Parts: sequence; C-alpha cells; structure tokens
Amino acid sequence: MLEISGLRGGYGQVEVLRGLSLNVARGEIVALLGSNGAGKSTLNNTVCGLFPAFSGRIAFEGRDITRLRSHEIIAAGLIQVPEGRRVFPDLSVLENLELGSYRRGRERRARNLEKVLLIFSKLKNLLSRTAGTLSGGEQQMLAIGRGLMAEPRLLILDEPSLGLSPLLVEELFLLIKNLNRESLSVLLVEQNVGQSLEIAQRAYVMENGAILFHGSPEELLANPDLKRAYLGL
Amino acid sequence: MILQVEDISVSFGGVAAVQDVSLAIEIGKITALIGPNGAGKTTLFNLVSGFLKPDSGRVFFEAKDITGIAPHLACRLGMARTFQIVQPFGAQSVKENIAVGAHLRYAGRADALRAAEEVAARVGLASELDKAAASLTIAGRKRLELARALATQPKLLLLDEVLAGLNPREIADVLPLVRGLRDSGITVLMVEHVMQAVMSLADATWVLSNGKLIAHGTPAQVTSHPAVVEAYLGHGAAARLKAGYA
Repeated sequence: MLEISGLRGGYGQVEVLRGLSLNVARGEIVALLGSNGAGKSTLNNTVCGLFPAFSGRIAFEGRDITRLRSHEIIAAGLIQVPEGRRVFPDLSVLENLELGSYRRGRERRARNLEKVLLIFSKLKNLLSRTAGTLSGGEQQMLAIGRGLMAEPRLLILDEPSLGLSPLLVEELFLLIKNLNRESLSVLLVEQNVGQSLEIAQRAYVMENGAILFHGSPEELLANPDLKRAYLGL
Repeated sequence: MILQVEDISVSFGGVAAVQDVSLAIEIGKITALIGPNGAGKTTLFNLVSGFLKPDSGRVFFEAKDITGIAPHLACRLGMARTFQIVQPFGAQSVKENIAVGAHLRYAGRADALRAAEEVAARVGLASELDKAAASLTIAGRKRLELARALATQPKLLLLDEVLAGLNPREIADVLPLVRGLRDSGITVLMVEHVMQAVMSLADATWVLSNGKLIAHGTPAQVTSHPAVVEAYLGHGAAARLKAGYA
C-alpha cells in the first residue's frame, strides 16, 4: 500500500532522512518507533508532501507520489493526523470536522460526520464549542475525527497518545485496532512503545534518519539492545 | 505546608472547570496531580500560579494569601511553573533562554548567563548551551522548559506534563532529575499521565475528575481506588500497575 524506498529528505540543506525504506501492506498496523530527533515526523511530513524528497521514491497504492503536492496526496487517501493535534483553535468543533473532508469525502460528509460522532460520542455535545477551548484529550479525538472525515485508505497517526490519560490511551489503541479491523491501514508513530507493539503487526525502529530494525513486535522485544534503548527496560 | 488551596472554584461560561477544590502540598515532597483529560488539572495550575483568578476560594503560599496574585509576583515569591506546550525563544540559544528565568534573581547579564549555565548543567543541557532552542528535540525542549523555571530559583515547582512526548528511555532519564530537585529542597507538584513516573516519583497523589477531587493518598492507594480506576486509569492500566509495569 505504501512503499518508501531509498528516501532522502529534510529541511533546506539539512538532510534528516538518509536513504530510508519502509512499507505498509494493505490492512496492516505498522508501528514506527525511535527516539525524539530520529526523523519520524520529518518522514511523515515528507510522505505527505509537506517537505520535498531529495531523492528516493514514495509509492502509494502502486502510484508514484514522490513529487505530488500535499493536497493531491490527501485526495489519494493518504491522511495524516499530525503530532500535537493541530486543530484550528478558533473554529468550532463542527467546522474542524467539516474541514477534514475539504479535499476528499466531501460528497459523503454528512454520513461520515455521523460515523465520526458515533466513534467519538463526546464530540457530539461539543460541536459548537471553539476547538481551542477543548481539553487535550478532546482535541486529540477531534484531530483523529477530522482525519477520518477524509475517508483515509492509509492513516498516519503521529503520537496520538500524547498527553492522554491511561484510560483514554487504552480506548485510543482499541479504536485504532477496530478501525484497522474495518480495513483501514495504519502507520502508527508512537512513544508509547509497549501498547503500540501490542496492536501492531510489524514494527520499524528508526535512528538518525535510517531504519535500524524492522520485524515483528516479538522479534523486537526479543532483542535486548533494542529493549533497553527504546523501552527503557 | 508550602501550598494550601481552600474551596477554590472557577467557571468558564457555564462550565464549572474547578469546583470547591481544597488541597495541601507538603514542603519538600513530590506531589502528583492526576486525572482524566479535561478534569481541570491545568486550570488548577493556572489558578494557583496566578494565570487565572478564581471565582471563589483562596490560595496560600507559605501561609501567605496570594489569591489572584499576578504570575510574575507568584514567581518572585518562589513559585515557578512549566507549560505543556513548550514555547522557547527559538532563535535564541539555550543559555539565553534559561537566562530569561535567571534574570528574575540577577539584574546583571553576566550573572544571569552564569546562573543559566549552572542550571543547564543540572538538567543535562550543558552540552547544548550555544544551540538555538529551535534545534532541540522534544526531549531537549522539555528539559529547557524545566531549566527556565528552575532558573527563577523556585521553592515550589509546578510541572505540567514534562514527560509527555518522551519515549520510555527518555522518561527513565528524567526521573532521577526530578528526584534530585526534591532532594535539593524544591517542593514539586506535577501533573502527569505517565503513571510509571507517578508511581516511582510521587510521595503523595491527588486525583481530580470533572473539576472535583475524588481521591488522595499514596500512588499505590489512589491507583487501587475504584473511582480512580473507573474515571482515569481504566482496568488495563490498573492491572499493569499492579503487576509492576505501566
């Protein structure tokens, strides 16, 4: 579904991604782990067309998207829920959700809205509230809900559990699992290594802009060096 | 008691964000404030540190009534806080950022910069002093946020989710740092969702839910409290904590 090969990229002159290869198959949850500064968010932003790739290739459902603009990538169904939520703070919850379907899924906006509100029932009572006044957890629900409004074929979640209570984190991971069961493919970038590995079928560990490890969660957990470096165990 | 909050309440529009909360923070301890998202934890921080004025109730710092005091005056009295979303001066160096806090105590530039270096060493940023703050990773920025608050020489330090966004390894690195602050005599009040940190650090824990306190005790006591499991932890996390890992 997503095939990244030999990707180099970064900001201006600074190369962050040093020839990285990664893929996500249809129907998979793939966890992307690594220290802060490893380049995970740069990778997301390059895949989504926010930063240009220096070289290498990104293909989505067999189609080369390396040079596409971000709105074209969204239209193809590759949707990112960015780190730090990035909701529009001065717009209402409803407006934020509607904007999720600006480029994709617009014809089915009403139906998708209903679906999203079924998943995040708490948002139903907050629709007219200004997004900036929501709590951290509510904003995270809104950000994911906004992503779902675009009918993603592949959803990239960048640290969705950040700042959420243990209970909400548990609900979030359950939700990701359920969405995945309904055929959504997910690339999950997380610092919550333990719970990510519980729901992921495969995992990549990234360090200094390249892939250090790739394999099943069991293989990762069986590697004492990785366990020490990323799980703090 | 270094800090006492008495029957404090504040509403936004129709929403009662914090309702009749009373709590006391013991000097020289690490106290954790936990609770669901939207429970009012950050609002309570804002009320205590002067960023918000309560509708009713009082705040006492070292037995002095400071209700509604301006944040910079609270800071001068010895109460510093960090923010969840860190906003350093990106183009300025790490040292210059920390010096902003140090200037509360040192009028002279050279003194403030020297104090900044000392604080940087304390939080593990000594090797990053001349880097632009914007070039730090999240883990570095969180340390910088802590350093800026520490540079004001607080007696009471309010930490708002300093561990959010760090991976387990990075969290393990920060725990001894926070413990060291307490051991040096700084009282710490921390809002935190990383339960392994709360369990390992906190001497006392308060639990806030829907703007009200629902439990108080040691971390082990509150995490086995049924209302806390229901409102905050969930059964999975509670079981993992009981088994000894979060």
